[in-house]
Amino acid sequence: MIRGIRHTAAFSFLLLLALLVNAARVQVYEAERYDASPANRRAAIARYAQPRGAVLVAGRPVTGSRDSGGRLRYERAYADGPLYAPVTGYSSQTYGTSLLEHAEDPVLAGTDPRLATFPWWDRLTRTHQPGGQVHTTIDPRMQRAAFAGLDGRKGAVAAIEPRTGRILALVSSPSYEPGVLSGNGPAVDDAWRRLNAAAERPMLNRALAQTYPPGSTFKVVTAAAALESGRVTDIDAPTDSPDPYLLPGTATRLGNAAKDCADASLKEAFRASCNTVFARLGDEVGLRGMAAMARRFGFNDRRLRVPSPVAPSHFDTRMDPAQVALSAIGQYDTAATPLQMAMVAAAVANGGQLTPPYLVDQVTDADGVMVADGPHPTTRQVINPATAEQLQEMMIDVVAHGSGRRAAVKGLTVGGKTGTAQHGVHNEGTPYAWFISWARTNDTYEPTVAVAVVVEDAAAERADISGGGHAAPIARAVMAVAR
Amino acid sequence: MTARARAVAAGRHPADPSPALPPRAKQRGIELALLVGAVLISVCGYVVVGLARGHAVPGGAVRYGAGLGGLALLAHLVVRFRAPYADPLLLPTAVLLNGLGLVLIFRLDLETPGDRAAPAQLMWSTVGVALCIAVVLLLRDHRVLQRYAYVCAALALLLMVAPILFPAVNGAKIWIRLAGFSLQPGEFAKVLITVFFAAYLAANGGALAHTGRTVGRLRLPAGRVLGPVVAVWLVSVAVLVLERDLGTSLLFFGIFVVLLYVATGRTGWIAVGLLLAAVGAAAVGTLEPHVHSRVEDWQHPFAGIAAGKGAGQLAQSLFAFAAGGVFGTGLGQGHSYLIGFAMKSDFILATCGEELGLAGLSALFVLYALLVGRGYRAALGQPDPFGSLLAVGLAALPAIQVFVIAGGVMGLIPLTGMAMPFLAQGGSSVVTNWIIVALLLKVSDRARAPRPPGQQSAGGGSWVVGFMTPVRARDAAGGAPAPEAGR
Repeated sequence: MIRGIRHTAAFSFLLLLALLVNAARVQVYEAERYDASPANRRAAIARYAQPRGAVLVAGRPVTGSRDSGGRLRYERAYADGPLYAPVTGYSSQTYGTSLLEHAEDPVLAGTDPRLATFPWWDRLTRTHQPGGQVHTTIDPRMQRAAFAGLDGRKGAVAAIEPRTGRILALVSSPSYEPGVLSGNGPAVDDAWRRLNAAAERPMLNRALAQTYPPGSTFKVVTAAAALESGRVTDIDAPTDSPDPYLLPGTATRLGNAAKDCADASLKEAFRASCNTVFARLGDEVGLRGMAAMARRFGFNDRRLRVPSPVAPSHFDTRMDPAQVALSAIGQYDTAATPLQMAMVAAAVANGGQLTPPYLVDQVTDADGVMVADGPHPTTRQVINPATAEQLQEMMIDVVAHGSGRRAAVKGLTVGGKTGTAQHGVHNEGTPYAWFISWARTNDTYEPTVAVAVVVEDAAAERADISGGGHAAPIARAVMAVAR
Repeated sequence: MTARARAVAAGRHPADPSPALPPRAKQRGIELALLVGAVLISVCGYVVVGLARGHAVPGGAVRYGAGLGGLALLAHLVVRFRAPYADPLLLPTAVLLNGLGLVLIFRLDLETPGDRAAPAQLMWSTVGVALCIAVVLLLRDHRVLQRYAYVCAALALLLMVAPILFPAVNGAKIWIRLAGFSLQPGEFAKVLITVFFAAYLAANGGALAHTGRTVGRLRLPAGRVLGPVVAVWLVSVAVLVLERDLGTSLLFFGIFVVLLYVATGRTGWIAVGLLLAAVGAAAVGTLEPHVHSRVEDWQHPFAGIAAGKGAGQLAQSLFAFAAGGVFGTGLGQGHSYLIGFAMKSDFILATCGEELGLAGLSALFVLYALLVGRGYRAALGQPDPFGSLLAVGLAALPAIQVFVIAGGVMGLIPLTGMAMPFLAQGGSSVVTNWIIVALLLKVSDRARAPRPPGQQSAGGGSWVVGFMTPVRARDAAGGAPAPEAGR
């Protein structure tokens, strides 16, 4: 009997041992897999258990947190939601995050290891760091000026500081209130469905994620290519161009909206926005030269992050000569984001040097102690300073005497280029009004801001829609802040 | 023959009438010190929950501590005077387990403001300790129980059959609802049936061991004595099918096989038992939809997630254990409430696993091991087979129960509804566990108490008749080795 009792005891301890081994299996070996299961709500509960870090504009938070009292406790709140939605994006308990809320999520949620002094100690003690703060480069005055200028019309504005690449304004219109997506429940689901189904697509970030045919604003790039290739050496010399221009290899005649384009000089053609002159120049520079110049300004770059990804602007690399000619005037398949065209203006204003744009100045912890500095991207010389100077002269001429007169700001030197891009089947859609410009102080020659404005469907007669009429005043309002 | 029996046989002359061993220390002081520790640990847990959740010491901390401490002290005093040689580890282990259970239930009450279970559990614990005290006070000698073996069996059957008349709750017919109270009579039946098994096998163990055919090296039991075994198996399967209570059925059968093996020392019984259990489990697992779904859930705990229905209860339990990791989240800081239904009863171990981690869970298992181990130790020291078998049965009860429910909620075996001893919410369970502790206290008291000289020399005779005879003394008599030892 004693042997039987001992065996039974040994068997009981084997059972307990099996339990211990199994506990170790579940709690150590399988733990990571179970923790990561999408059906495990613990990650979400921990994530929303503390207020989310703030996004700051000019040192003041534009986001906050609201205590919902629910299981997922803190919901995102926005101080000026529609104004900053193209910058912050949304942070939703149901639908995830977008834009800065997405790109800087580890910092804002407090999970970024840089926020902790001893990350391993935090893991051991299960301490959650309070969310860090993201300081943006946005200038609130420019942001407001751009937002007010668009006034609910479909369009976008991007403004950058030419020398540094800091994004000063990033506006998309019509906008939306990201706060309605913050929580969870049927109201949030309804808002999500409504916003996604809306015809104006308010959640589309038109400044970063939408490409438009750049139209005549692309003539800056074509002019740069013509000057850099040596095809044009003197911007005041006649270019020996016919009007109308027969597209190479086709029977299509390309005309002009403006007069006096036959044999115009580059500067005159730029001021009057002569399609014939620039189409011919594009053809003469050729596909390789045009594509190379476009690429140097940032076209066809899929890797641009600000830190949110920017839709790549497009310039075809396989075209026949007629298509190259059309692409050179910003038509055919050429497409650019407003941010891309602001980069073009910034490179011209900055003596041919392009600094890739960025949106985050620095990241601090909850107490304001710096955790990470901004990206400080490398500046590239994309065109010769001499070419840049010639382009500046032509752009100043547009604002002084041409279609961009409404962009002039007293006390600043402003250069610009209007554009009216046709789109749709047989070009029947309402044209897009473009304006790109830059401003510099008269005394220091320091370029203060480069702006790109696009207005999609100005509610006006087709003939009346032009970059000069609708887009230039908005750019002017933004640049006037920099005075 | 065991080493110990040999040593005793060599060292003692059969005719020596003096006490066989020097009197043991009563060790009541150790018990008291351990009890103080057990109560303090429980109160600490209570305070930690309050600090973690409300950032303040919970209001009832003093009352809770005083209540638990008072119960422990009362039990200690009764043991000191009525079972002075009882094992000093049994009572503190039980108090600590019960105290931790109360802390965990109190902690889970915070997640369900409309449903407070801790006060009721404290009330049931009080009833349990009171019954424990009553048993220690009134039961002069555990051998009295042997006389009531068949009464126990009848009562146990009655208790097990009674819930069939009541409506099923959550798929199992194991509850009786009376005047606002719900009882699980199957819990009490476990102790009664263990008493019956111990008594029956103490009387018939020899017949079971020594009759029957030999096939090769294996001796099969004779058909005549096989009858009751098959009857027990049939009853447990009936309970399973009629009440859909896999846990009780498993426990019931497990205890019987264990006691059969201890009583006869024949491994053949284990083989037969395992075979019958396997056949029964396989048949019920495929035929009974309720049990079948449990088996499915065990094999694929995350099937619901893949099917888009979200995490099932077992998946949520596994998530809770995983979230605990090695050191746990800390009391009050886990999210085991996501398990939902039955989180305070069947799944209470998940809260322990999440908030105390693998470390805390290991400590908890060590506590159960102590309780069970001290039970087996008492069984070893018994002078009579009934005492030994009773102690083995009472120790095996919590051991099997812990394995079945802990293995179930951790995905080791299919989940069966069963209470974690002392930890889980449930009045019937906690009361039954205190009765088990009371009986173990009594039995261990007998194992360790110095024996009157008359018993030391009373030897010889078949142990079926001479169940009063101390095993050690019989070995010391130098006769033929006891049939149960050394084979």
